Amino acid sequence: MIRGRALPLRLLRQLQRRGRWLALVFALVAVGRADVLPEDRSDIMYHRYDGGGLIVQGPSVLIRKKIGDSVSVSYQYYEDFISSASIDVVTQASKYKEHRVQQNFGADYLHNNTLYSFGYISSIEPDYNSKTAFFNVSQSMFGDLTTLNFGYSQGWDVVGKVDKGIVQPFRADANRRNYNVGLSQVLTRNLLLGLNFETDESDGYLHSPYRSVRYVDPTVLRGYSYEPERYPDTRASNAASAQLKYYLPYHAALDGSYRFYSDTWGIVANTVRMDYTEPLFTSWTLDANARYYWQTHANFYSDLFPYFNSQNFLARDRELAQFHSITLGVGADWEFHPAWPHWIEKGTMNLDVQRMFIDYQDFRDVLYTQDPAGTEPLYTLDATVVQFFISFWY
Amino acid sequence: MRAASKRRAALWALSVVLSGVGLSGCQVQPWVKPYEREHLADPIMSFDRNPIASGYLDHVFEVREGARGATGSVGGGCGCN
Repeated sequence: MIRGRALPLRLLRQLQRRGRWLALVFALVAVGRADVLPEDRSDIMYHRYDGGGLIVQGPSVLIRKKIGDSVSVSYQYYEDFISSASIDVVTQASKYKEHRVQQNFGADYLHNNTLYSFGYISSIEPDYNSKTAFFNVSQSMFGDLTTLNFGYSQGWDVVGKVDKGIVQPFRADANRRNYNVGLSQVLTRNLLLGLNFETDESDGYLHSPYRSVRYVDPTVLRGYSYEPERYPDTRASNAASAQLKYYLPYHAALDGSYRFYSDTWGIVANTVRMDYTEPLFTSWTLDANARYYWQTHANFYSDLFPYFNSQNFLARDRELAQFHSITLGVGADWEFHPAWPHWIEKGTMNLDVQRMFIDYQDFRDVLYTQDPAGTEPLYTLDATVVQFFISFWY
Repeated sequence: MRAASKRRAALWALSVVLSGVGLSGCQVQPWVKPYEREHLADPIMSFDRNPIASGYLDHVFEVREGARGATGSVGGGCGCN
């Protein structure tokens, strides 16, 4: 009984000592709650991917601002400058440079414990235009321990073709529909659970107008020839993930997640990710993460088909091959409080570097021309992904 | 007769207790009080601390892998692969 009475008093004293934290606690940010609008924040980023003969880099800007007490709007501009000499390109085409611009427009409306989000995403390339509209509803319940959300998005893509820098009179359509449901749950005072389930449906022109498959051809010296790839017109997939986030007693966070994926093309994939975050001194936050991914190949994938037109669907896209990959990453944030302009509360400078190692298990490196067709070494890819960004809260 | 009525009474009592338990379950009491959420409110406990960075990494993986989705974010289409 004595201990039972003493505990609240001790807790109260602790909370009084932590006056700043108390304000933060009752502000109740984060924890995936649906009854608060996202923070007012802007990010300016430079990103770069370099691996397998492909370099993709460019800027990105994300701006988010509240309007009144119940509306928040966001805008993101994202640009890719692509310089490609990947193995597909050098073996079946010639090096190229390309440019992609993506813009996201979003709005959130808060009504009691419900957050309604909707938006529009546009992506423009010389040979591929895509439009996506999305809608999402989040609801907080059970004393704000649980947040449930449902979302739907639909995409309309137009596939074109560019040859030697000239746009060709080719046009094909593809449509995407996506349904998702998510749950964010407070399990204990130190442990959060996130669950997500997503179903995708795509139909239309789902392959590339450029990519080819290779088949055994004894009439040519190298032992194989190419023919255009051919995919089914529909694809449906399911993905489910679980994520646990734990607060460690010395002010650090450990995050573990698992995702299972399967689709009607026969791909089954598993993703495991671990993330560790620890603030250091007063203004630094360090992050280290590791990700393992493994997938089976699509039913109609082969590195080398036995003869021309050997089956109704044909693919030799690395994305549909069997492979596993490991990604290791580190990141650092440095927080600062600028004296000017006065409306900026704080800022952070962030650097994140990821190293990817992909081992393909049935995609061969055809640049080894001295080896007979089908016996070349398996292809491997190492890539470095760098993100540098500055964030402001206001 | 007396034994049968005792069994009926016991069943009735059990059903009342189970109903009570079931109904009390409908009104969930928060087992983590607002003043106990100090750790959960820390920015390092956010599922998505830097949306611009996580969105970009999701995109990097999506264009190189067969799997997609269930990451908690909405992605647009592109001809990136």
